[in-house]
Formats: sequence, C-alpha cells, structure tokens
Amino acid sequence: MCLAVPGRVTAIFGEDPLIKTGRVDFGGIVREVNLCYVPEVQLGDYVVVHVGFALSIVDELEAQKIFEYLRQIGEMNLFDEQQS
Amino acid sequence: MKYIDEYRDNRAAVKLLAEIRRATTHEWTIMEICGGQTHSIVKYGIDQLLPPEISLVHGPGCPVCVTPIETIDAACYLAALPNVILCSYGDMLRVPGSRTDLLHLKASGSDIRIVYSPLDAVTVASKNPAKQVVFLAVGFETTAPANAMAVFNAAQRKLPNYSQLVSQVTVPAAITAILGASENRVQGFLAAGHVCAVTGYREYEPLAARFRVPIVVTGFEPIDLLHGILMCVRQLEVGSCLVENQYSRTVSRSGNSSAQDIMQRVYETCDRNWRGIGIIPNSGLRLREEFSGYDAESKFAITIEPGNDSAECIAGKILRGIMKPIDCPAFATRCNPESPLGATMVSSEGACAAYYRYRGQSQPTAK
Repeated sequence: MCLAVPGRVTAIFGEDPLIKTGRVDFGGIVREVNLCYVPEVQLGDYVVVHVGFALSIVDELEAQKIFEYLRQIGEMNLFDEQQS
Repeated sequence: MKYIDEYRDNRAAVKLLAEIRRATTHEWTIMEICGGQTHSIVKYGIDQLLPPEISLVHGPGCPVCVTPIETIDAACYLAALPNVILCSYGDMLRVPGSRTDLLHLKASGSDIRIVYSPLDAVTVASKNPAKQVVFLAVGFETTAPANAMAVFNAAQRKLPNYSQLVSQVTVPAAITAILGASENRVQGFLAAGHVCAVTGYREYEPLAARFRVPIVVTGFEPIDLLHGILMCVRQLEVGSCLVENQYSRTVSRSGNSSAQDIMQRVYETCDRNWRGIGIIPNSGLRLREEFSGYDAESKFAITIEPGNDSAECIAGKILRGIMKPIDCPAFATRCNPESPLGATMVSSEGACAAYYRYRGQSQPTAK
C-alpha cells in the first residue's frame, strides 16, 4: 500500500482543483492520474503516484543532496589516502 | 527511470555501507515500519550487507497484513450476495478469511473486481445502478486520501449504490503500541516515506521525545534505506532522539495539506483491531456521521465480531518485530503464497512473502 512510483507529468486537464487530472509518464508507460492533491503541479514536474493519485511533487534540489554528500565523502577519502 | 535508477546505484550503496561501518560502535535494533521498505531490504540484501551489530526488524506497515480476519469474512459475506459487486485492491483477494477468501469466491462466480484506483469503484457504481457496489477500503495514511476522495466523489454525485467497507489504519498509534510493549527491543525507527508524504512528520516528534528513540523518515529504494539507516545509527551512537527526514525529495514536515483536508472531512479517528496484534486505540479511521450512508457496515446491517486466526500463524509476532518469517516452523512448508496461513505471506508488502520470494525456500543459515 505504500508503494508509490515517480513519473513525469506530460499533460494536465481541468481547472477545478478537485477534478484536476493529468497524464504521467513512468519511464514509457503513460497513465491517467488524479492531480487534485498537487494543485501547484506544472508540466514536466515529477510526481509520486499511489493508487492513481499524485501525492507529492518531487523536489529536484533535495533529490541531489545525498549524491552531493557522497561526492564530498569520496573527495575526503581521496584526501586521506593522499595524506597517509 | 529518473528518481529510481540513481537510488539503486551500486557505487553509492558501497559508499553508504562504508559510512555505516565507520559509524557503528554498538549493537542496535532498528525497525522499518513499512512493508514496502521490508521488501526492498530483503530484495537487495541490505540486512545481510549491514555490519553484524545492526539488527533490522520488520514492522506492521502492511495494511493488507493487518486487516482483521473478520473484515475479510465480512467482505466475503457481502461479495457472495447476489446483487453486490465487491471492488478491491488486488492484494486483498488471496488473504485468508475464516473459511474462504475473495479469490475462491470470484472463481465460484461472485462479482468481485480488482481496481487500481478507488475512483474506479465509483465508476462501477455509476455504470451499474441496479447493483450495490462495495469497495474494500484498506490502507494506511498513504491510501486514505484516495479512499476519501472516492467517498467525496460518490457523495457529490449522490450515488445511492456505493459504499465502503472501511479498514483504514494509522501509523503513530502503532509505533506507540510497539514501543510501549514490555518485550520491545526496537531502539530506532525508519518511518514510512509515503505515509509521511501525506501526513508530514510533526506528530512523530512527541513520540521520539517521549520514548527517546530516533525516527528517520525514509524512502524505499536501496540508497534511501541505507541513507536512512546511516542517519539513524549516527543518532543512536550519540544518544540523540530526533525526527529526521531522509526522504526530503518527497516529504515535508507538514505533509500534503489538501490531502489531509479531504481525509479529515471524510474520516475520523477510531480504535482498530490489527490482525495478529489486537485492538490498538486511536489507530484507525472510520467514516464520519455525515458520510454514514456510504458505510457498508450500516448499509448492510452487518456486525463485525472478532474472528479466529490460524493457530499456527505467527504473523502477529512478525508484525511487531519479535520474530522473523524464517523463525516460523510453517514457513515455506505448510505456508506459502499459494496456500497461505496468514496475510503476511500473501501481501506484496508482507514480510513472509518477501522472504519467500527473495530468500527462497532453503533452510535459514546463521548470519
């Protein structure tokens, strides 16, 4: 039940937030998704979808943070190796 | 696939495992709440890659697993009625009831339909005005907004033939029950990422403070889980008990307010019986009085009495993190996905199903 998948919004229909729907592309598979819970969604955003409803818009900047952290660790480890 | 592949990167995993190894100086027991996280851990072998000092125990975050046997029996009763179409998420069909299950009933001719979205059941109701459509509304807070919108939608359309058999559960009360139990060994939690995408994590802060456990909101891919475990271990090593957010690309502290609005308009908190665990106060959701016309229990005047589970099934102990599937004498012998003794062997988020699928049916070996 917790399983939700990220996909890219390729179309948005409907002005009224409660009946807003759209098309979301999950790596090639396109499904119709209810967008009522992400009223600020824009075309091209990635959303996390569960049982046909988008629950959250993926934050690109936050998504990068772990990889930035791992890059820094990698550089620090290289520095330590060079020192010893 | 973007936002999936990079969170399965092997090099990132190796780095995180090295950091976890560096950080760990004591033995720690950490519970992941969600069945989806359990599956990922078992599938990617994360529990076997961690330093031996870290024990991962599996939590009760599988709504299919914790749906009480009597609710399955009620669903079976309704599905067998001649003018009823029962709609359900696919996983529920093979969950054993006291005498039968929905899949067997479907095979013998009952009109039982699998739906992907709860709105599909509303569509079935509008297309079949002569039939009563009952939707088996199971789920944690991740699913509650969708289940709520279905009722809201049916009410707006004034559909007289749509109702829900509600078995919604909520996470914070379960954490309280686990930590309050005398045999509890859990020292830190990985909270369910998608539940928190809906609810936020404000309500976990008093729990972390009261029970003095770190709680890390964690995603589902292997990099998310390793990162969440690293954050949890770092807190444990210094005696910290804060709520942290590993899954920040999807979760915010206040969560999704429009989803929470509809949930609170349609549902209210109630006590719930968790299969294998018992009644946990304030751990569930039921339809509010205003929407009682959409409650299948009152519409069909059914009283749900506590049922009896298989005596052999130890799912309750597994869901509380006291035992693992491989500790069960019936695992992979008398109990398997084709003939399950309990719900944890059935659900795509069940711990027993995860071990069966990814660890095979061989005898367990010591770590």
